[in-house]
Amino acid sequence: GCFVFKPSAKKRKLSQTTAHGFGIRNDDSEDIELRFDTCQSLWNQIKSETEKVQEDLNKQLLDNLVSFLSRSHSEVQEKTTDWTCRMKFREIPTAALVLGVNVTDHDLTFRSLSDFLQNNITPYIALLEAKDCPGIKNLMQKLMGQLMNCYVDVDSLEDEDYVQVSQNRIRCSMSSLIKWYESVTKKTDSETPSKKRTSSSTHWQSPPVVVIFKDMESFTTKVLQDFIVISSQHIHELPLVLIFGIATSPMIIHRLLPHSVSSLLCIELFQSLSCKDHLSTIIDKLLLTTQFPFKLGEKVLQVLINIFLYHDFSVQNFIKGFQLCIVEHFYSQPLSVLCCQLVDLQKRVNSLSHDQCENIRRLPSFRRYVEEQESGKQVALLTTDNFLKEETQKLLEDLHVYHENYVSVLRCLHVFTSSLPKYPLGKQIRELHCACLENQVWETEEYKSSLQLARMLNKSDLVTMLQQCVEILLSSSGKEFDKTVEKLKKFMTQFQNLEEAFQEQDVSVSSQKELQKKTDLYHLQKTLLEMKESRRSKKLTKFEMLRFEVVDYIDSLVRKYLVPADHRTLHEILYFNTAAVLRGHLNAAPRTALHTALNNPYWYLKNQALKGDEGSISNKAPDICIAYKLHLECGRLINLVDWLEAFSTVVMAGEEPNADTASSDQMDDIIHARFIRAVSELELLGFIKPSKQKTDHVARLTWGGC
Amino acid sequence: MPNLEHPAYPAAALLHLESLVPCRESQVSLLLSIFGERQQFSFPSIFIYGHTSSGKTYVMQTLLNTLKLPHVFVNCVECFTSRLLLEEILIQLQSCSSETEPTSPVPCDTFNDFVRLFKQALVSRGLQDQTLYIVLDRAEQLREMEANILPAFLRLQELTDSNVTVVLLSEIVWELFRPNVGCFDPLTLYFPDYSIGHLQKILSQNHPPEYTADFYAAYINILLGVFYMVCRDLKELRHLAALNFSKYCEPVVRGEANERDTRKLWKNIEPHLKKAMQTVYLREISSSQWERLQHDDGEPGQLKGLSAHTHVELPYYSKFLVIAAYLASYNPVRTDKRFFLKHHGKIKKTNFMKKHEKTSNHLLGPKPFPLDRLLAILYSIVDKRVAPTANIFSQITSLVTLQLLSMVGQNDQLEGPRYKCTVSLDFIRAIAR
Repeated sequence: GCFVFKPSAKKRKLSQTTAHGFGIRNDDSEDIELRFDTCQSLWNQIKSETEKVQEDLNKQLLDNLVSFLSRSHSEVQEKTTDWTCRMKFREIPTAALVLGVNVTDHDLTFRSLSDFLQNNITPYIALLEAKDCPGIKNLMQKLMGQLMNCYVDVDSLEDEDYVQVSQNRIRCSMSSLIKWYESVTKKTDSETPSKKRTSSSTHWQSPPVVVIFKDMESFTTKVLQDFIVISSQHIHELPLVLIFGIATSPMIIHRLLPHSVSSLLCIELFQSLSCKDHLSTIIDKLLLTTQFPFKLGEKVLQVLINIFLYHDFSVQNFIKGFQLCIVEHFYSQPLSVLCCQLVDLQKRVNSLSHDQCENIRRLPSFRRYVEEQESGKQVALLTTDNFLKEETQKLLEDLHVYHENYVSVLRCLHVFTSSLPKYPLGKQIRELHCACLENQVWETEEYKSSLQLARMLNKSDLVTMLQQCVEILLSSSGKEFDKTVEKLKKFMTQFQNLEEAFQEQDVSVSSQKELQKKTDLYHLQKTLLEMKESRRSKKLTKFEMLRFEVVDYIDSLVRKYLVPADHRTLHEILYFNTAAVLRGHLNAAPRTALHTALNNPYWYLKNQALKGDEGSISNKAPDICIAYKLHLECGRLINLVDWLEAFSTVVMAGEEPNADTASSDQMDDIIHARFIRAVSELELLGFIKPSKQKTDHVARLTWGGC
Repeated sequence: MPNLEHPAYPAAALLHLESLVPCRESQVSLLLSIFGERQQFSFPSIFIYGHTSSGKTYVMQTLLNTLKLPHVFVNCVECFTSRLLLEEILIQLQSCSSETEPTSPVPCDTFNDFVRLFKQALVSRGLQDQTLYIVLDRAEQLREMEANILPAFLRLQELTDSNVTVVLLSEIVWELFRPNVGCFDPLTLYFPDYSIGHLQKILSQNHPPEYTADFYAAYINILLGVFYMVCRDLKELRHLAALNFSKYCEPVVRGEANERDTRKLWKNIEPHLKKAMQTVYLREISSSQWERLQHDDGEPGQLKGLSAHTHVELPYYSKFLVIAAYLASYNPVRTDKRFFLKHHGKIKKTNFMKKHEKTSNHLLGPKPFPLDRLLAILYSIVDKRVAPTANIFSQITSLVTLQLLSMVGQNDQLEGPRYKCTVSLDFIRAIAR
């Protein structure tokens, strides 16, 4: 393997073994079981929360789709005798579902879609993937298999004959599908309604058959065309609805299907929520909340967001990364046992062992804290476990309160910054969050410039923002904000009392009108100069004074509450901040890893003999490393004989010169064999390949000196 | 006007038939004379071709149904394997003349089996003394089945030694069918396109019961005036006529115009039809959406068509990968040094180069490029340092699944894979913004 993954705790967790694996690395650590349980319960909470969020987000789309599906065939069923309906060509109702390029998330959407349809519209749903359908035959096979199985699922008590009929015996043609559909719907009708209603009360007499093409782009034109042509001929007997899952743009339909085929479809477009909005909601609900004790540090969050924005746009991967953070935190940090809800905190702090207390004392943030205390307390903290525990509990409670306040104030600040022109602190709250976590935000240039801009806001904007802030603060659970809310409300009433400010503005307007009357250039210049003077000297209006006050007040709030988390004592317990580990796991670099392994085998093998400076070629290194390093020195074509020569020189370098020729001959053979093996390994790894240009040469496939 | 006459069939049936197949009388009479009387042997195979919706299928079906000739009608697209096709014919044959419950289908894998079973079926159904017609619609699909299917069908009469005629319907000419040697040439028959007069006549035939035929004919006239230039497909035209008719009637319903006020009605409908041509006809918006729009009297502007949503949002590096792929596909390799290296040499302008620069690379289409070149260009167009992480590589693969890139010649894993960029310049412009 080129990227050496440490045996991640995740796998262990997934396999649901006991928590003993958790202790492997930290043999000194305690509370392994408790940590494991905490981790599990926390993850379960988060998982259910994310599922809820995603359900809510998809609801709109699903509702639209359902109304489309229910509309699509009911119209025709209602008025078959109508002239227009008779004349009109029966098109296949088709929903083009634009889902965005984050293909990894689509599965979840389709799953919830098919569940939702199953509950609301029809039991007959088939999900098709392009990789299963290279030809029309495979498509029909897959389709019929899925549809008929789902029939068996619906009422599995009777119909032995259907189960008996094996897949191969059913003729995979549309006519047998139609026969099946007729028999199924007829049975549903004829059976006693009381029994049937219970199982499928929400479905109608003849529910549509929904065929979902998960990845429209990958289907071949021929298969799609044939399928559409065939099914359009039987639309009267089989109420079919197609759903195309589209990752790029709906134009793909026109690119895949010629007009003669696309004219058989009645396409309506549905668009899912953009993945960026989706991510914002997830971050909002998972990170900017006081619900979960576990938090992400700035670097880690940045890594996750970067992977999302730069690489895949996949919300699923983001959540998986988040899960990895949780597991890694509880796995590597023995004190993570304290990362729990406030109610459990006291019990857990009291049951800490001496070793754990030592662990706390070793935390850098705690050491900083101790240094700030007076000497008597320092001694007590460092020697008395019980005192330390009391102090720890207090500090952790403080940390929770800090987070609560942090979130509320962050939202308030976001209200201001998100309406400024050019968004110096970012448009999204996640950017602001990152900036605040990174370092003291009020020190940054961006913050200063956004304050500057905030000082130029107009009155109505300011009032609505203040209103929003009041709402945020009122809804927050923090207790400290009563005063703040009062203060903000006072500002708002002051703004309302500022009628006279307008009159002054009227004056300036009238002076501008005067200015327009002037035609003489000289006079114009003079008045302009005068106006400039007056403006400079004019003392601030009341409105401006008030505006300054508001902005200063917001600034003071920011300075008080938006202190970066790593300035807080004991932040290591709640905040996960080892980004390097995460990056190694999530954003692996195979080429780099391969190069490191071959160039510097000590990195992975940890063999003391290999330790040494990177430049030279040690004969202790594995053969493949020696061959690799030698080949780096060559050009595009490598002469095998020269290479062997160099290889044997390096290998022989460490050994004392042997006078015995017979044994050196034998040695040569062994070296030759080793060399050939090393070369073929390099070929397998894709560094070289045999060349036809010159005999006895191989071609290098990598470029540059790496 | 050539009246249909044939001694073998009752005149009433012929008259009825004639009313059902407007503008195709001559073809029908020709077919009738080829078919002959019920018990007479007809030509072994007949090949009918003509453009889309020139009434081939419809004429055959009405002809066989109204005269109650024993026949089997199979669509070859639907029966995508030879086995399905042969079994379908046998099944239809079983249920063709008798009312008995069709027995379970017999497996029929080869044409040999088919001939045997076919003869059995003929005997058991008592059809030996009549000509049986097997109509194979969309017969061009036959060419993709096993090589023996098409020649065997052409000689089915000879092979089964019974009274059977195979009719092939197709949109392409016989010359594109003909297998190499020893093939029986069928009698070919051409169905010409309907002329504008024919279309007018056929479309006006079934008018809605609420309105007079003249009124509807006037409407069809206007409709054809707009759409005849782009669409001669009868089905499509009928569909469009039904979609827009309610709009046409609006002034009459409201009482603003009477049925004879053609000019007023024309003014009302013409812009509407033009809009329909740009939207519904191209399936930019669906016909049900179009109807709802008509109903609510809304502006179609609110409803964006499919082509309006061309923008594709891509992750940061994916954008650069697509751009790099585009550059690699459309720029020759030798210019790479010039474009992407900071210290490139002087640009030598040789005559050779000038000659080649004249033909735009965009006209030649994308050229394949190796993975390493793509990555090299990527590194040089992204400002920051890009680590060649697994994510970058997996993005390339996902771009291939999204059909933005395509892989060329994927035989060897060790060989560096080669790609092509399949997106257009407009797309690149949009994402590069």
